[in-house]
Amino acid sequence: MKPAVLTGEHFITGDVACAEGALAAGCSFFAGYPITPATEIAEHIAGRLPEVGGVFIQMEDEIAAMAAVLGASCAGAKSMTATSGPGFSLMMENLGLGLVTQTPCVVVNVQRAGPSTGLPTLGAQSDMMQARWGSHGHYEIIALAPSSPQEMFFLTIAAFNLSETYRLPVLIMADEVTGHLSERVVIPDASKIKLQSRPRPKGRKDRFKPFQPGMNGVAPMAHAGDGYRVHVTGLTHDERGYPSMTAEAHVEMISRITDKIRRNLDRIIMLEEYRLDDADVALISYGISARSSLAAVDEARCKGIKAGLLRLVTVWPFPEEQIRRLASRLKGLITVELNLGQIHLEVERCSAGTAPAYLVGHPGGTVITPGDILRKIEEAAGVK
Amino acid sequence: MTISPSKHPLDPILRTERIPHIWCPGCGIGTAFSSCLIALQSSGIDLDKTAVVSGIGCSGRGAGYVKLDSYHTTHGRAIPFATGMKLANPDLNVIVFSGDGDLFAIGGNHFLHAARRNMDLTVICVNNFNYGMTGGQAAATTPNLAKTTTTTRGNPESPFNLPLLAYASGATYIARWTMLHTRDLTQSISEAIQRRGFSFIEVLAPCPTGYGRRNKQKPIEALKIFQERSVVKNGANPGEVLLDFKLGITLGKFIDSERPTFTESYDKICRPQTAADSA
Repeated sequence: MKPAVLTGEHFITGDVACAEGALAAGCSFFAGYPITPATEIAEHIAGRLPEVGGVFIQMEDEIAAMAAVLGASCAGAKSMTATSGPGFSLMMENLGLGLVTQTPCVVVNVQRAGPSTGLPTLGAQSDMMQARWGSHGHYEIIALAPSSPQEMFFLTIAAFNLSETYRLPVLIMADEVTGHLSERVVIPDASKIKLQSRPRPKGRKDRFKPFQPGMNGVAPMAHAGDGYRVHVTGLTHDERGYPSMTAEAHVEMISRITDKIRRNLDRIIMLEEYRLDDADVALISYGISARSSLAAVDEARCKGIKAGLLRLVTVWPFPEEQIRRLASRLKGLITVELNLGQIHLEVERCSAGTAPAYLVGHPGGTVITPGDILRKIEEAAGVK
Repeated sequence: MTISPSKHPLDPILRTERIPHIWCPGCGIGTAFSSCLIALQSSGIDLDKTAVVSGIGCSGRGAGYVKLDSYHTTHGRAIPFATGMKLANPDLNVIVFSGDGDLFAIGGNHFLHAARRNMDLTVICVNNFNYGMTGGQAAATTPNLAKTTTTTRGNPESPFNLPLLAYASGATYIARWTMLHTRDLTQSISEAIQRRGFSFIEVLAPCPTGYGRRNKQKPIEALKIFQERSVVKNGANPGEVLLDFKLGITLGKFIDSERPTFTESYDKICRPQTAADSA
């Protein structure tokens, strides 16, 4: 068998880096369906998985792909799928099943411009609210936003680790530009990559309750074939996994799937700060837009405006506390994103009454230029 | 003095604490479910390595009553879920137990493709000719002109011939029985779970609450039709099997053939075969 971790320096696209990140994280099952601009992830991993003992299957649609990913995870595999807007919409159904049954897996959305078929080959970041609330019902989700091929690699590993630690589907909300961008990607030695595995049950099988939260709020997971004879359902269920059709049971179940995230925000939320310490104006951005923002910060600084950047590596759960703190000490917050204001709404909510919130947005099909951002920085800083 | 309740032979693989079940009086799902459990118990397979997957609907509740690893998934998606499960752990016996609406309307596409791939699954479809859980709406199996809550003047559509659909899609084992033919049904399920490849078993079952009362078919009359109008024709051409309450019902094991399963083909074609391949 070939190695799962291709240690070395590579010049590859974000999509290929994502596939290699999955393999480095121990992914052994991928079910997918072709869709621009995420197809290259499936193509690459289709060739690699059978080399490392895993399985790739191209399903009949994204509904089936998501269902197969959950089934594989319940049978013990670290599993994954990758898609873009139209397929992401189809996956919402079984994303909900994964959340309520606490099934670890990774779902990559290499975002293109929508709604509907939209601009298949051109980037956007306009599925961010769908990532948060796209499946029906109330839940918490984890979504990461890579800004480079290198980060496509590392954040795919991080996504698997988070999904295994907290037992839920974790989203990688990439964008077409990052997915198709070729850059240097360094893959470290396998021994340098830290991997997490889902908690597993111990003790008497007849007393095991599959949804009884453990130490950090996460229930140990028994796989099909382990002999625990678990029942897993999308219906509201109790700690035994048995359907329970009462408001009380529902409150308890929703608490189980939300508390494990809400109580571990510090461990889940990853942020990157750039020149924020003495800033008057902060950019809030993620993914490819954060790279334009980085350039805009430097240009503003050259003009004597104290700008900084808060890059959201974790977009969901939203870093509410961090945004509130920034808002309390700055003149303005500017969200930069390839949509017409989705994360901007969250920034507005968290900064309400303390600092004005601005948006540099575009519905997609291009990237936001540093010049676009600079003009808004000048406005927020009161220059001109 | 306390009298201990008598043990039912299926108790070891039933979640007895979840009984009574939700199925209505006169419903045929329970009988089909029992046949499935008897087949599981008597076939000698390792029940700790056996998973039952259901979709949504009355039959979909089957997974909730069987004391094995059991997965009650989303509407129509039992087969792709089971596909992932089987591929992740080929040692598992994976059985899909669900209804006609779930497997052939909302989940129809998944059935076609799993059969085409010869995925190593046993799919048991309880066909009760309508959507029972939601109160008796027309399904992809509802006879032409039959009355349901969404076809009050009669069904303008025609039903699928499920064995033919399975055959055209590539299923390698196809049988149809009614819930009256429990021995044959149990035998078929037992054969299916012990063989490799995609096996499909259709079980005809009455739904007095949803279907029968709107179509002048009292529970006992439905069973009489199953008894009197059915003809067993093993090996019959799936294109010629009848399912007509007036003209007749063809039952039997229609197809039992061999071809490589998905996993066998995948291992042979997609994996590196030699040291040089994997170097």
